Amino acid sequence: MPNTDAIIGWKTITFGCHVMEPGSSVKFRTGDWRSQRPVIDNEKCIKCGICWIYCPDMACIQTEDGFFEIDLEYCKGCGICAHECPKDAITIVPEEG
Amino acid sequence: MAKRVGIEVSIALAEAVKLANVDVIPAYPITPQTHIVEHLSEVVANGELDAEFVLVESEHGAMSCCCGSSAAGARTFTSSSAQGLLLMSEILFIPGPMRFPIVMAVVNRALSAPISIWNDHQDIMSQRDIGWIQTFADTGQEAFDLMLHAFRVAEDRRVSLPMIVNIDGFTLSHVVEAVELLSQEEVDQYLPPFKPRYRLDPRKPITMGPVGIPEIYSEAKVAHNEALKASKKVILQGWKEFADLFGRQYNPIETYRSEDAEVLLVTMGSISETAMTAIDTMRDKGQKAGLVKIRLWRPFPGPEFRKAAGKAKILAVVDRCLAPGAICGPVGAELRSLFYKVPGAPKIFNFIAGLGGRDVTVGRFEEMVDKALVFAKKRPKELYEVIGVREK
Repeated sequence: MPNTDAIIGWKTITFGCHVMEPGSSVKFRTGDWRSQRPVIDNEKCIKCGICWIYCPDMACIQTEDGFFEIDLEYCKGCGICAHECPKDAITIVPEEG
Repeated sequence: MAKRVGIEVSIALAEAVKLANVDVIPAYPITPQTHIVEHLSEVVANGELDAEFVLVESEHGAMSCCCGSSAAGARTFTSSSAQGLLLMSEILFIPGPMRFPIVMAVVNRALSAPISIWNDHQDIMSQRDIGWIQTFADTGQEAFDLMLHAFRVAEDRRVSLPMIVNIDGFTLSHVVEAVELLSQEEVDQYLPPFKPRYRLDPRKPITMGPVGIPEIYSEAKVAHNEALKASKKVILQGWKEFADLFGRQYNPIETYRSEDAEVLLVTMGSISETAMTAIDTMRDKGQKAGLVKIRLWRPFPGPEFRKAAGKAKILAVVDRCLAPGAICGPVGAELRSLFYKVPGAPKIFNFIAGLGGRDVTVGRFEEMVDKALVFAKKRPKELYEVIGVREK
């Protein structure tokens, strides 16, 4: 379930259902959908950034040392990064608990 | 000053669109709507109208383009018929909830199969629930006037909803009639410039058309429906101000010799003209028959209809649409729902007439009234009858 700030009714919903501020998708935590997660093996990673390019939710974050981390607030666990990684450095593992 | 001219109704309607000074016209030609968009493309090409005429690849593209241009804050018009309207269908459901005041002329035509270019109401009835305001014109003058009314109402900030003016294909669209064309000054007096509540603007970015998750979808649909129902007030106001300025008064439900009528014909669109002649003929014979015409179809003016029906005991409701497998035609079903368990409600009989351009003559209207009187005494097996259909 998305994190809504208020309970919105038909009288208070925005005109035309428009979203009146830009960049509001940050508030939509798609990480809640995840049933599996990517795990990166930095021994194999060559810092090419293909996972960063392909991630549909901009959840691959490059750190100062050039490697990549996954932002689990937004990662949906779609597995595209693992599929695209040329070095098979990313493994998809089930979420547990 | 307004001038009265003999003019083809399609051209008169297109002149109203020109006088409304539209900004964008995305359109794809289809019979019998063709003359409207042809004329508009001419006035744009001649420099008489400063508008963008978008030659789209299909009606699906036309309505998509309409949504985009309306979202950007442009006064937008298009027109279609039959199969073209159906090709738009996917997009037709979108501008209502998104509150885009697109104005469209639907030149009503039968649907394939079999192929028919001629008039009935099956096209618009198949799109009944698209959530647009919908009116019907009976004459050329009404087509011209209702077009200007449509821009005025649709773009009103209290409404901000798309609106359709229906005119019957050929029997109205291609007829030459005497029409009083208003001057530019008169139209400008009635129709203010389009000032949308929100528009797509890079200086103030907003998102239009986000996903409606289950937590919000019902609220979005109800908000749209309530806006559509509430638009009736502005629709009536728009007609009143039109009457104040130009002397022609329109009403959501119109009546003709209905006051003391025992049986009322109920019609929509140009066949109402023939129905009036039929009423005169029946009155001459001493029959207490009258006519109720539905001008505003969506939002449906329930209280106004009940008032117009008055104390009549029998309604002979004419549908220009056969709804296969249904209990009766769409107008018949609407009125049966309206009067369900209302004390003193009239008996309602439904007739399907004038499919695919079949003439509905004075004689046919008399036949419907006579049949309704018989049915009132002896309940028929079916809840509707297709008038004039051959059995052998």
